Amino acid sequence: MPRETIELPYEVERLTILGEDGEVDEELVPDLDDDTLLRFHRTMLLARRFDERLLKLQRQGRIGTFAPVSGQEAAQIGSAACLEEADWMVPSFRETAAALWRGTPASALVLYAAGYNEGAAIPEDAHDFPIAIPVASQIPHAVGLAYGSKYRDAGEVVLVYFGDGATSEGDFHEALNFAGTYGTPNVFLCQNNHWAISVPRETQTAAKTLAQKGLAYGIPGIQVDGNDVLAVYAATREAVERARSGEGATLVECVTYRLSVHTTADDPSKYRDEEEVEEWKKRDPITRLQTYLESRDLLSEEDVDDLEEEIAGEVEKAWEEAEKRMEELGDPADMFDHHYAETPPHLEAQRERWTDG
Amino acid sequence: MAELTTVEALNLALRQEMERDDSVLVLGEDVGVDGGIFRVTEGLIDAYGEERVIDTPVAEAAIVGASVGMAAYGLKPVCEMQFSGFSYFAMHQIESHAARLRWRSRGRFGVPMVIRMPYGAGVKALEHHSESKEVYFAHTPGLKVVIPSGPRNARALLVSAIRDPDPVVFMEPKLIYRAFREEVPDDEETIPLGESRTVRDGDDLTMVAYGAMLHRTLEAAEALAEEDGVEAEVIDLLTVSPLDDSRFTESARRTGRVVVVHEAHRTFGPAGEIVARLVEKSFYYLEAPVERVTAPDVIVPFFAREQDYMPDVDRIVAGARRALEA
Repeated sequence: MPRETIELPYEVERLTILGEDGEVDEELVPDLDDDTLLRFHRTMLLARRFDERLLKLQRQGRIGTFAPVSGQEAAQIGSAACLEEADWMVPSFRETAAALWRGTPASALVLYAAGYNEGAAIPEDAHDFPIAIPVASQIPHAVGLAYGSKYRDAGEVVLVYFGDGATSEGDFHEALNFAGTYGTPNVFLCQNNHWAISVPRETQTAAKTLAQKGLAYGIPGIQVDGNDVLAVYAATREAVERARSGEGATLVECVTYRLSVHTTADDPSKYRDEEEVEEWKKRDPITRLQTYLESRDLLSEEDVDDLEEEIAGEVEKAWEEAEKRMEELGDPADMFDHHYAETPPHLEAQRERWTDG
Repeated sequence: MAELTTVEALNLALRQEMERDDSVLVLGEDVGVDGGIFRVTEGLIDAYGEERVIDTPVAEAAIVGASVGMAAYGLKPVCEMQFSGFSYFAMHQIESHAARLRWRSRGRFGVPMVIRMPYGAGVKALEHHSESKEVYFAHTPGLKVVIPSGPRNARALLVSAIRDPDPVVFMEPKLIYRAFREEVPDDEETIPLGESRTVRDGDDLTMVAYGAMLHRTLEAAEALAEEDGVEAEVIDLLTVSPLDDSRFTESARRTGRVVVVHEAHRTFGPAGEIVARLVEKSFYYLEAPVERVTAPDVIVPFFAREQDYMPDVDRIVAGARRALEA
């Protein structure tokens, strides 16, 4: 036969477990204890309130540009929760919720947004990468880290976050191709939030899904309802297990929505309708989980009120800590630090000259 | 002690470092089975296997980007850009990450990696295979840029680069890959990065060069001695960045006359920085304007004209005479 269909090894599935009304598909519900579910909810709410506070601080001119996470909390918490402490988390620049889940102090995130390099400092024992601004450029790093884990037989999985826009960048394709070729233990976690600044997902690519982009590289892809924390968790856990057991990488596309601005330097009213935003607000990942937890009597309205109060205190504390830190970080000569393991003579000379004026 | 070409000496460095330290990995296009298109990595895959000698897809950004991840993980990747003219595909990974990750993470993740790349003209290659863009890298804080000039220092510098805790762009002048042999000791030898060396002593003129141009500069120095009775001191930079200005400063103060030679473009080329340092540190000792003998600011011509593009002995001698006569 001169012309026949080539059988490709994968299909793309879409997974939803927790519906918009808070109803669940009992057969698909992942095995999670009550405390973990409540932690999901708490961290998602913390990320949301933290975001809102940062936005106010930015509008007051007290911090600089930042990329709000609102709307994407489920995609981040559901995925980050699948990682062990020794696994690696490689963020792009919007992973506030994931960072909070991984134990990054909220004050460090404020410090970063306030323009202090020290906010990006990674503690000695943490397997987290610092924020990467150039779109998709962090994805190859995750493959290198995973190669290291595999080479050392360490059993560590490397999860990397990026958005829908990143799937158009060469680094995304090169990295997935490497991962497919070398069978590295990676989870490629795409948060398709529908908008790469002003460019909608449909303009970004003619492909029906982003998940299918893994298939070309021999990597299975799955699309999940990214506002459904249970689905994100279930799909990512499967991906993490595949990676850990030596079966290689997975691309997980979380279909979610950026409810806020791309960054605080942007005005979404120029490119998208408020009606669309309103539609997505109905699918709010936090409300959805809250309804579910309430239906299971794990959470009451009163609990939520208490939680809100507690979180407000925590957010306030983060700001106060960051403010205090900023006062301590007065020496601009610190800009000369950390370029090399040992500062070379020309840079020492420049520091001296600079200090002397 | 064996007589080795630069290619063989680089191979020796890689082999000995891989033997010594299992965190050293080699990756790049055709570096495995093929042994590298210039044979620098020949035989490594047989000795260390495909897990440590990685034939990669044709993807420079991922080669460098994955190396950044490996380095942060604690490995010491030595990655190869097949030609420096293709390193631009990875420029964002080099500038945005290799050079910055230590800084960005406030010292948490050092990036001990080497980016090897054949560079320079003179071997009748195709377009994009002959450039000298060392300033792209030398202009970037966080990187080191090393350019050897012969087998023995190539081997010793590559060992130092591999052991260095920071990213090193290691640019190999293709013109000297097989041009001559040198005694290279079997035992370990290193040269500290960031140190230039004096290759020829003289009190009449200071000549600063590096890479393949060192040899033409030395030839010019001999011609000047023979024809003009002038003794030129010749300094080989070895490391372009961080630039060691101590030797040429001392020499320039003694001779008062300086020629800088490189095959990189003239405008904003390495000589610009060298002359600036001379002005800053040796201005009152200079007896003549500093001469630059460089490639002109033209795109490297196809190979029929490449020898005319590169500084040759005659042009270097002419530059030296201008500096001497002024």
